[in-house]
Amino acid sequence: MAMVDLLLRRGYPVKPPQSGISRKRSLWERIHLDPWLLGMLLLLMLAGLVVLYSASGQRLEVVIAQGLRFGVAIAGMVIIAQFTPATLQRWAMPAYLAGMAMLVAVEIMGDMGMGAQRWLVIPGVVRFQPSEMMKLAVPMMVAAWLSRRELPPRWQDLLVCALLIGAPVLLIARQPDLGTSLLVALAAVFVILLAGLSWRIIGLLGALAAAALPLLWMNMHEYQRQRVLTFLDPESDPLGAGWNIIQSTTAIGSGGLWGKGWLQGTQSHLEFLPERHTDFIVAVLGEEFGLVGMLAFLTLYLLIVCRGLWLAGAAQETFGRLLAGSIILTFFIYVFVNIGMVSGILPVVGVPLPLVSYGGTSSVTLLAGFGILMAIHSHRRLLPR
Amino acid sequence: MRQPRDTLKNTEQELRIFRWRSLLAVVVVLLLTGLLAGRLCYLQVVQHEVYSTRSEKNRVRVEPLPPTRGLIYDRNGVLLAENRPTYNLTLVRERVDDLDQTLSLLVDLLELPEDRVEAFRERSRQRQRPFQPALLMSDLDEEQIARLAVNRHRLPGVEVQAQLLRYYPDAEIMSHVLGYVGRINAEELQDLDAGNYAGTHFIGKTGVERFYEEALHGQAGLRKVETNARGRVLRELGRTDPVPGKNLTLTLDKGLQHLAVELLDGRRGAIVAVAPQTGEILAMASVPGFDTNQFVTGIDVDSYRALQQDIDLPLFNRAIRGSYPAGSTIKPFMAITGLRDGEITPGEVIYDPGYYQLPNDSRRYRNWLRWGHGRVDLERALAVSNNTYFYSLAHELGIDRIHDSLSQFGFGQRVAADVAGESSALLPSREWKRARFNQPWYPGETLSVGIGQGYLQITPLQLATATAVLANRGDWVKPRLALKIGDEPVPTELPDTPPDVELDNPDWWDRVYSGMEKVLSGREGTARRAGAGLEYRMAGKSGTAQVFSLGQDERYNADELKERLRDHALFTAFAPVEDPQIAVSVIVENAGGGSHHAAGLARAMTDYWLLERHHGESPDARSAGDDAGEGEE
Repeated sequence: MAMVDLLLRRGYPVKPPQSGISRKRSLWERIHLDPWLLGMLLLLMLAGLVVLYSASGQRLEVVIAQGLRFGVAIAGMVIIAQFTPATLQRWAMPAYLAGMAMLVAVEIMGDMGMGAQRWLVIPGVVRFQPSEMMKLAVPMMVAAWLSRRELPPRWQDLLVCALLIGAPVLLIARQPDLGTSLLVALAAVFVILLAGLSWRIIGLLGALAAAALPLLWMNMHEYQRQRVLTFLDPESDPLGAGWNIIQSTTAIGSGGLWGKGWLQGTQSHLEFLPERHTDFIVAVLGEEFGLVGMLAFLTLYLLIVCRGLWLAGAAQETFGRLLAGSIILTFFIYVFVNIGMVSGILPVVGVPLPLVSYGGTSSVTLLAGFGILMAIHSHRRLLPR
Repeated sequence: MRQPRDTLKNTEQELRIFRWRSLLAVVVVLLLTGLLAGRLCYLQVVQHEVYSTRSEKNRVRVEPLPPTRGLIYDRNGVLLAENRPTYNLTLVRERVDDLDQTLSLLVDLLELPEDRVEAFRERSRQRQRPFQPALLMSDLDEEQIARLAVNRHRLPGVEVQAQLLRYYPDAEIMSHVLGYVGRINAEELQDLDAGNYAGTHFIGKTGVERFYEEALHGQAGLRKVETNARGRVLRELGRTDPVPGKNLTLTLDKGLQHLAVELLDGRRGAIVAVAPQTGEILAMASVPGFDTNQFVTGIDVDSYRALQQDIDLPLFNRAIRGSYPAGSTIKPFMAITGLRDGEITPGEVIYDPGYYQLPNDSRRYRNWLRWGHGRVDLERALAVSNNTYFYSLAHELGIDRIHDSLSQFGFGQRVAADVAGESSALLPSREWKRARFNQPWYPGETLSVGIGQGYLQITPLQLATATAVLANRGDWVKPRLALKIGDEPVPTELPDTPPDVELDNPDWWDRVYSGMEKVLSGREGTARRAGAGLEYRMAGKSGTAQVFSLGQDERYNADELKERLRDHALFTAFAPVEDPQIAVSVIVENAGGGSHHAAGLARAMTDYWLLERHHGESPDARSAGDDAGEGEE
């Protein structure tokens, strides 16, 4: 315990790296990026592109399209990293309100029968998923609110938070996009947990949630229930919803320890999975690179999470600390849920594997999150107060 | 900062809580990662054998089931486009044990001639996506199929696939209007619904095949099949049947189309025939044509280059894309414009000295008859195709009103409801000239437009359509090619039909018809030879389109000119006058005057439609082009 205490008191670089007095900043500090985190993210994206090339059926244009999206997302990350945490905190409220307005707009357009409800489309200009933005805006708002209160949070703080979280989550769930709404809620809950919500309240709420489960079940769409049922017994519906799970576990399992080799996967190339380069890309990874490849990826993700939590803990302001912690934990949840669902220990929900699955919006949101993380870390004041 | 200035102790406490909690988070993260790693170990190490076997032995895949393309019929149910079964030899390299041995065996079985063996081997080496069948040979004959079937056990990875190929029995006469299907290219692939086209190799490229692609294609189905390790289908697990494409019945009459092509045989030109009361396109021929069947399986480079570089432009659809000066065929529409706007009355007479002069301008705009027609009223002006009358009318109307009125007849616009690739040709206006040349409109240019020359350009389809509207007393119907899609008749009233053309005195239509009848039946009519012995009332107008313009006092001698510099011959007509059943426009490139060389063709078309078609006679081409008449220039 003494070791832990030592770590907690002195372990984090609250002081500048060289000496307490020096005002000289390194290059990385001046461009507000964290070299370790950036390096690991780039490595992950690069490896992701290699897997994508195989998963897409060796279509170079898919890889190039993904690479271009990464480029845009990285640019966004670098730009966001330049803002100070104080600025981000000021923007929390406007961003949250704008997101809510767009969610309401999407809801109204959906009622008017103007197509899919997840997208806000300005024809020819932009196609935009407001729920994606809320993945960052909601935890930002909750962190901004809690950082101004006395911590740990009390009941009345929780009530405000419940409102702040509940409104967007309900709107997103109505789209219907249960997966995203749960992830948004989770990101905000991480903020509250990290803020130090007492265990007594956590236990109480946990019991309440368990009691509410049957209620949730009754309010689910038929296809959502089907997913849960199929998860519990994939063999019950081998041609329909259970199809993906059976095929993806077969692909992963047949990969063995060392895998069949890059581009050599048979199972994943037989067109058995409609989503093999998006949500189910892990099946390709597992089949072609085996357990070794999977563990390498898991390790890389783990290192990124640890580095992220380290940076979060080093933040000086409560707002930044809470937000950074929430962002990195949510990132891990994506990884866990995706790999869990493809390997058959979680129900199938539409969650991509971060920075590996094909798709633009999620990469942009993820890297924007890392941009915030780096902003929070790199704008520490150099002298201790 | 905005935070309430709490005590330092509080901040420190917050930090402590956070660090405790994040340490806890790390523990949870490690536990969950361990769970994943454990699951992966279970799948990939403990259960590896199970899954490996499953992956080896039983492969389940989803195969698209492409729909059968709809057939195309003419208005009488004659088949114009069908699907013929052919057999292709394909090979999946991943399932072949010994490629060289397999290929040798195939060469023996198929008795391939030596010179084709290398191409055959070459194709098997082509880069393919893994597990995608490569096409080795198409169009196998029955004996080859039988031999392959017998030796099937020796040929893992080799399959004979049946495929329906589009075939056009009358490719040469239908080439442009029907169009053709061809292999889907990369560009088209991007705009397609990938799911619906997953098993489809062909798509409509031009003509009807392209315009009605969606209806003809149908909806793809799919089946889930279990295959053995060799990729051979063991059993079907589930299936959604495809919805076949709809059959299409066209408004075309194959007999009339055939006649049109034969009439133009050996020349370059186009004939379009429309049923005025319904807008049904009865014939739409562009000559020369080409064999569209070549394009279905993929035309070889040399043949394609030959077609492309042919000076007669066989690939060019003259009927809808050819822009020609209207020549004197514009005059009936100019006459309607003058009557509509009150600039002329049918009884009004002008004196033609053989030329027209603008006020304050010494230039003489000549009539084609050098010494003039003397006293000319509306009907005579049409019958003898007098230029002076229409110069004067054009000058009085001005380009703005001419543009307005001619566009009501569809000139300068795409007129048809369902014709892919139609050109709008050119109806000039002041604004157009300003935008195009940055120049004002000159009065002399109005005169040129008044007799169908100058900037004015029309397509054969536009001319036939305008003539149909004229025959209908101004009532518009949009020309169209589809009579029925599946079992659904296409309505005559189509959306976006232009407003009808209206005249204050409906009798004036008859005066214009009368003038046009005299073209064929009058003593002075420019096409009276073509009109000899008419058994019904036919109204028409000849036209001669100058390929290049003449100087003021030059005269023109067709014999001295190279063939390709000769004038285009035009004729437009409808019949019977009292109850129009057919409107037809004819353009023969570089044939000379329209009354000589186009009127007879139009007459042959109306004769066939009104007199012969019901007697079941075979449409023989007649020597219509030799009809001689006293011509215009």
